[in-house]
Amino acid sequence: MGILEVRDVTLELGGRKILDHLTIDFWDGHIHALVGPNGAGKTTLAATIMGLSGYQHFSGDIVLEGQSLKGVPVDERARRGITLAWQEPARFEGLPVRSFIRAAAKDKSELVCRESLQQVGLDPEKYLVRAVDKTLSGGERKRIELASILAMRPRIVLMDEPDSGIDVAALDRIFAALKLLKSQGSTVILITHSAAVLRQAEHAFLLCSGRLLDKGSVEKISGYFEEKCIACEHPNVPGPLEAA
Amino acid sequence: MSGEHILREIYNSIGQDPHGLGPDVARLEVHENRVVGQHLVPGLEVNVDERPQGISATIVVKEGVVIAKPVHLCFGILPEKGLQEIKMSVRMEDGARASILAHCTFPNAVEVEHRMDAEIVVGKGAEYSYFERHVHGPKGGVLVLPKARVTVLEGGRFKTEFELIRGRVGRIDIDYETVCHAHSVMEMLARILGRGDDSIRIRESGKLVGEYARGLLTTHIALRDHATARIENMLRAEGAYSRGHVDCKEVVQDAAVASAVPMVEVVHPKAHVTHEAAIGSVDSKQLETLMSRGLTEDEAVDLIIQGLLQ
Repeated sequence: MGILEVRDVTLELGGRKILDHLTIDFWDGHIHALVGPNGAGKTTLAATIMGLSGYQHFSGDIVLEGQSLKGVPVDERARRGITLAWQEPARFEGLPVRSFIRAAAKDKSELVCRESLQQVGLDPEKYLVRAVDKTLSGGERKRIELASILAMRPRIVLMDEPDSGIDVAALDRIFAALKLLKSQGSTVILITHSAAVLRQAEHAFLLCSGRLLDKGSVEKISGYFEEKCIACEHPNVPGPLEAA
Repeated sequence: MSGEHILREIYNSIGQDPHGLGPDVARLEVHENRVVGQHLVPGLEVNVDERPQGISATIVVKEGVVIAKPVHLCFGILPEKGLQEIKMSVRMEDGARASILAHCTFPNAVEVEHRMDAEIVVGKGAEYSYFERHVHGPKGGVLVLPKARVTVLEGGRFKTEFELIRGRVGRIDIDYETVCHAHSVMEMLARILGRGDDSIRIRESGKLVGEYARGLLTTHIALRDHATARIENMLRAEGAYSRGHVDCKEVVQDAAVASAVPMVEVVHPKAHVTHEAAIGSVDSKQLETLMSRGLTEDEAVDLIIQGLLQ
C-alpha cells in the first residue's frame, strides 16, 4: 500500500526542469531505492518531499497517507513522520551529540540516546559529550545523524547517499541500521548510485533527467543501471525535441 | 545584612551552595567593597584592601606551586544600584599552576557599574587559566568594564574564558591585551548572548613577540532584538615561527546589529596568522536539519545558539 505518493511533480530550478512530470508511489514499510546518474533529480526529489527551502514551488502534488503536503513546512512534515538524512550532514559548533540526538528523539531519555549511538556502532561514553562539529569526521557525523533518526522513529526516512564518507567497516553498521528502521515500521527511501546500497533495497526506481525511466525489483533495475546508465553519456538535460 | 546572609544570597544567584566547596578549595567573595568570605590554601597568597568603591587584591602563586583545585572568586552587587571597582594584580611565579573560576553576579541590577582592572604576569613555564562567568538580572542595567594587561613569559600558558549568557548583558566593553614571549601559549574566548538593547564591545589583542609563541582569539556572540556588538580583535606576530588565529562568529536575529574587525599583523617572515569571521543569521542547513527532526524554527535556532555559546 502506498504511504507516500509523488503525483506528476514538475519542478524547475534556474529555468531548468529538474523534475519532469514525475510520478512515484512508495509502499509502506519497504526499503526503496532511487537510483540514477548524477543530475537525474534524486536529491532534488528528496528535498522536495522534505519541503526544504527552494524546493517548495512545483506543479503536481506530494501526498502522505492521502493528505497533500503542499504548503506544509519542513517541521510540520517532520512531525507527520518524514525526515531526511543529508549526504553531507551539517556541523553544529559546540552542540553536544547528546543534545542533537535528544532534540530529535521521540523518547528523550538518556537510554534512547545511548542505544541509538550503539546501533550505529559508536561508543556513547566517547561520543555523547562531543560536539557535532568539525572535530568529527564526515563519517562520524553521518552515523550520528543516523542515530538521531533512529531515536526519532520516523514513518519515512529519505537517506541521501548513505554510504558517502563511510568506511567499509562502518558500512555494515549503516546497513544494519537500515534494517532496524524497517523493523521499526519505517519506510526507507535510499538515494544512491552505489550498487552496494542498492542491494539493501527491496524495490527500486530508476530516474533519468528528472523522469522515471523504470521501476521494479532491485535485480532488474540494478542490471539496467550498471549496464546502461553508468556508461551512458546522456547529458541529463532534455534535448531540443524533448524540451519542445 | 550580615556577611553570611550576603554570601548566601550571592551564591544563590549563581546557583551554588556557599558551603559546598571543600577545605581544599581556595575562595574569595566580595560584595560591593566588602570581603564577605575568604579561604586560602598553601602556596597561594591573597592580600585584599577594601577601598571606598571596591577592592584592591594581590594574588600570588609561589614558584613551582600547583593549586590542584580551581580557586573560586565571586564578585557581586545585590542591590539595584552600585559601583564596584576591582583592581587585581596576579603573579604566577615560574612553574606555578592555577586556575580561577570567577563569578560576577548582579542579579537585581538597575544601575550597576562593575569595573575590573587587572595586571597579570604568568611566569616562565607557569600556567594560569581564568574562567569568568557573569550572571546578570533581567533588566540589563549593568555596565561592565573589564580591562586586563597580561604578560606571558617564556613557556608560560594563559587561557581565559568570558561567559555572559544568563540574564541581560546591559553594556559591556572588554579590553584585554596580552603579550606572549617565546614558546608561550595564549587563548582567549568570549561567549556572550545579547538581547533587548544590550551593547557589546570586545577589544582583545595579542602580541606574539617571542619565537614559537602561539595565540588564539575566539569570540562567539548571539544577538537578538536590538542588541549590538562590535568585535575588534587584533593579533600581531613578531616572533619567528609564532602562530596565531582569530575566530569570530556572530549570529544575528531580529533587528540586532553585529560587526567584526579582525586585524592580523605579521612582522616576521617566518610567522603566520590567520583569521575568520562569520556574521549572519543561523545557517540554513543547520536550521533545516533540526526542523526535519520536528523542531520548530524557534526551537532549532535556540538549540543552534545554545551550541555556539556552549
